[in-house]
Amino acid sequence: MSMNARPILIIGGGVAGMTAAVEAAEVGHRVILVEKEAYLGGRVMRTHRYFPKMCPPACGFEINVRRIRQNPRIVVHTLATVEEVKGHVGNFEVRIRIRPRYVTGRPTLDNDLLERLTSERDNDFNLGMDRTKALYYPHEMAYPPLHVLDRDALSDTDAALLTEAAPEGAVDLEMTEEILTVKAGAVVVATGWKPYDAANLDHLGFGRCRNVITNVMMERLAAGNGPTAGAILRPSDGKPARNVAFVQCAGSRDENHLPYCSSVCCMGSLKQVRYLREKTDDARASVFYIDIRTVGRLEKFYQDMLADEQVEFIKGKVALIEEDTGSNDLILDVEDTLSRQTLHPRFDLVVLATGMVPNTVDTKFPDELVYDEYGFIDESTEIPGIYAAGCARHPCDVARTTKEAMAAALRSIQCQYGGD
Amino acid sequence: MADKIGVFICTGYGIAEALDVEALVKVVTEERGVPFCRTVESCEGSDLAEIIRDIEAEELDKVVIAGISGRCDEVTVFPANVIVEKVALREHVVWCQPPGEEDTQMLAEDYLRMYIAKIEKMKPVEPFQPEDEIDRTILVVGGGVTGLTSALAAARTGYEVRLVEQADRLGGRLADQYKSVPTRPPYRELEDTGIETLIAEVEGHPRIKVYKSAETGGITGAPGLFDVTLRASGRDRSAPEIVDEFRVGAVVQATGWRPSDPREHLSYGQVPDVILNVDLERMVKEQGRITRPSDGRSVKSIAFIQCGGSRDPDHHSYCSSICCLTSLKQAMYLRESDDQAKAFIFYEFIRTPAQYEDFYRRAQEDPGVFLTRGDVTDVARDDTGDLMVSVNDTMLGEQIRVKVDLVVLAAGMQPNSADGEAIRAFEEAKVTAEDGESEIQRQDAADKVEKLRHHEGTEILNLAYRQGPDLPVLEFGFPDSHFICFPYESRRTGIYPAGAVRQPMDGVASRDDALGAALKAIQCVEMTARGEAVHPRAGDTSHPDFFLQRCTQCKRCTEECPFGVLNEDEKGTPLLEVTRCRRCGVCMGACPERIVSFQDYSVEIVAAMIKAVDVPDEFEEKPRILALMCENDAMPALDLAGRRRLHLNPHVRVVPVRCLGSVNVEWINQAVSMGFDGVLLIGCKYGDDNQCHFIKGSELAHSRGDNIREKLEKMALESQRVELHQFQISDYETLPGIFDDFVEVIEEIGMNPFKGM
Repeated sequence: MSMNARPILIIGGGVAGMTAAVEAAEVGHRVILVEKEAYLGGRVMRTHRYFPKMCPPACGFEINVRRIRQNPRIVVHTLATVEEVKGHVGNFEVRIRIRPRYVTGRPTLDNDLLERLTSERDNDFNLGMDRTKALYYPHEMAYPPLHVLDRDALSDTDAALLTEAAPEGAVDLEMTEEILTVKAGAVVVATGWKPYDAANLDHLGFGRCRNVITNVMMERLAAGNGPTAGAILRPSDGKPARNVAFVQCAGSRDENHLPYCSSVCCMGSLKQVRYLREKTDDARASVFYIDIRTVGRLEKFYQDMLADEQVEFIKGKVALIEEDTGSNDLILDVEDTLSRQTLHPRFDLVVLATGMVPNTVDTKFPDELVYDEYGFIDESTEIPGIYAAGCARHPCDVARTTKEAMAAALRSIQCQYGGD
Repeated sequence: MADKIGVFICTGYGIAEALDVEALVKVVTEERGVPFCRTVESCEGSDLAEIIRDIEAEELDKVVIAGISGRCDEVTVFPANVIVEKVALREHVVWCQPPGEEDTQMLAEDYLRMYIAKIEKMKPVEPFQPEDEIDRTILVVGGGVTGLTSALAAARTGYEVRLVEQADRLGGRLADQYKSVPTRPPYRELEDTGIETLIAEVEGHPRIKVYKSAETGGITGAPGLFDVTLRASGRDRSAPEIVDEFRVGAVVQATGWRPSDPREHLSYGQVPDVILNVDLERMVKEQGRITRPSDGRSVKSIAFIQCGGSRDPDHHSYCSSICCLTSLKQAMYLRESDDQAKAFIFYEFIRTPAQYEDFYRRAQEDPGVFLTRGDVTDVARDDTGDLMVSVNDTMLGEQIRVKVDLVVLAAGMQPNSADGEAIRAFEEAKVTAEDGESEIQRQDAADKVEKLRHHEGTEILNLAYRQGPDLPVLEFGFPDSHFICFPYESRRTGIYPAGAVRQPMDGVASRDDALGAALKAIQCVEMTARGEAVHPRAGDTSHPDFFLQRCTQCKRCTEECPFGVLNEDEKGTPLLEVTRCRRCGVCMGACPERIVSFQDYSVEIVAAMIKAVDVPDEFEEKPRILALMCENDAMPALDLAGRRRLHLNPHVRVVPVRCLGSVNVEWINQAVSMGFDGVLLIGCKYGDDNQCHFIKGSELAHSRGDNIREKLEKMALESQRVELHQFQISDYETLPGIFDDFVEVIEEIGMNPFKGM
């Protein structure tokens, strides 16, 4: 095997990219991992628990960070985007833009200084459900373990305060972006997904009714490091949610929105039903679905849940959600397709199972690749040396993503093998 | 000559403000007699460079750096052969204790003592290198789409491959398929399976040696050093015909699936025109058209019955994941052959995830495909020979009956796996049933033999492992990884299941799985060649050493090793296969004679850390608690508690352990006898959804815990002095409560009477 091959460029530092990076590096290859956010972990770090084991994503993340840290073959760039990939298999030239962090990490910043700042920003880690200071630590497991400064959110007063009060060398307000050109032998595209914009789902009340939230917001509400410290509270009045509707295929399997099935939302909602049932005594959950798609061994999770009398499953697509003005409760309009009855049940919280949209939907990058009409990368039309993994290919869960990441790692090594 | 030790104490990070650094230096130099100790501002950047210069100038062999946690320090390369240990004064003391207090100072001083004691006992790690060279050949068992893909991928990456197929031809189940479901945009057209090309590529590859009509008769050894015997396939195992013998480095098990038996009430086997989806597939592939088995007539209508063998609590309660797609595809076969033909599909849920939804939509648009949600209650043949399917149509709320020419049951997939542990239990029970000491024992064993009889002769890999001849399996017989983040974390190092044997999956997923498993196989041989452990302690070059002269053949280590590392000789002495080892130390925890040690982790090393703690006498009213905490979840959680500035009880002294299963009872005995008031063991969750990356380490510690509590009671000590916790990393906010509650328990029952004795 040729260990002298050029490094593998991995675009995206979520679970797919991290996995591809550590797995290729442990074989013996050099890897450059590029992540656009200030920290690794992507969407999974915003997830409270994985199905079906209900285990915390932080557990696997911790192990992977350890593997990255100890492996000298891996170089990590955060706040970085790949702008151009030129060349061909074995010899790509890659341009990476690294945005300034404004924090050097040395000496480390202490919390007292942060407390004194007044300028704030929406906390994107918590999907904007709370705020942080303009200078912030993304989350307690952030890797790299560094603060970040949101320069746009920093007031002049705070800038002056930082200049004066921060330990010397710790903050550099003059830091500029950097352009890096590197050579790579192969490229893994692990750019992941984003939730479908629920604002498009006007009939389901998102943005119009305060107590209609999305499944990704529910993950943050359930998480101990989320905006409510793990309590599932109604946005309108902060009261614990006791009677919750889960509306499946909110956008997915719908030709006006996402024609495809997002494949994880059924298990995602069932998992969130478990959050609710474990956190709030006597809470009730109703799941409105077209088909329950708990594929493979995941079926057991669904079968087990059927025994819970506090959970009901109703086959039917929700047509409309309206808010009850005094209580801010939600009234659904839904036809139960089994009984053929139109129902108008009332809930105190509604969770929309919004689907997955590939991040490549807006920017088809690298543009040599073939994309389907939804923006997913069509892996069957392979460009030698460029491989996709995870939700850049199709909506899929973490177990599938990590497996594909390893497959992409192998292909990246294989394409550079000099023999036949 | 004794190793020269140096200690660096950081004054930054708020350490100098919270602690009396001079007193810390005194503990190091005067109390512990360390020849070199200096304070530095930090342990990063230019300060770190200075530390390294000092290490070189002072020719230090062992270095303790007391500053920030080794979890988030600056990654650097220390001079070769220098052992470095980090003390997290920032995370474990300064961030979680009030500054300037006596208890805070005592905690920091103890941590310095503990880590100096630890490093004194640590030995340099030499990566394990076996006498024989590591073999990098990959063995692939199974010549279906997964095995072929895996073999080709490994070969094209430069590795020699041996591919074994039980049948006399390659291609497996895919070779029986007429077409594949759509895998590329617009996800509406059936595709060629591509299996012929794949077979040709494998057979033509110079680095792949293919064995057909062969199976693995035996695999001995360990990763990098597996010795494989192939025999001619067939059931006559009493006189096996040896086909070949060779050495390989790692194994991919791609033994695939077989259709599960369909539900009984659907008349399969009684009515000839009720067939399985796999039968229909083969029919179309072979004769190009669909006919009735009973009279050879062309088929004009088919009823497809979904979940014909899956999602049935009495059968296979899992979903086989591809049957919906298969039935939609087969409906297309019928419709494409005859545009007047009708296909009825009866289902509970249609499962066409991701872009397969487009294929489902195409079927919905087809006027000759009738998709109906309902329960099929009966299939019967009428006088004319047609089939009458009775359906409880839950959509229309009534019973409907449909007359069709043919019924196709969507049979599920069951893995071609063998339950290695059950086979072993069966074989052992057979012996006990004969030679058991008492009648009761013999009878129990005989009952067990009957219960496990269906595992007899089911071996596939025939591993020469004390814990059984095949991979352990999960629920439903899948030898899958239990871990979502780590899909190939198998319990036999160097052996990776892939494809439908691992879990039900379609062709695209099988191909990806094949590549993933090939990667892990290649990675395993490369890491083994470098003397490194594979995941989860990836890169660890330490390895266990057994001082066998003191072994009493109690077999606890061979029994409890989660990875089947240890075989036994006829007396029961463990035979170590180092390259199978994942370095968890469960054997070390199991051994009553304390003969197992790693160079950098041993009973002696941890005992020295415990012994180094300065336990105040009973009049000081300062209890001391020992917390043995798992490095995977509990230790990082301690850092996170610090990062969140949670206050932790200052009476607790934490010792990291590789796995709770590596905790040796000796440590607890020692702690109690030197005056510790209680011992906390904090490890990962166990049970069905276990989160222990050493599978059962945490659980073993809990079962040993009962043993420990009994011992305490014999010493006239309260059993509550030892407490075990299942813990996950994200629960770090509960850590202060666990500490405080335990100290409260101790305060209630009083100080340890052995204190100061």
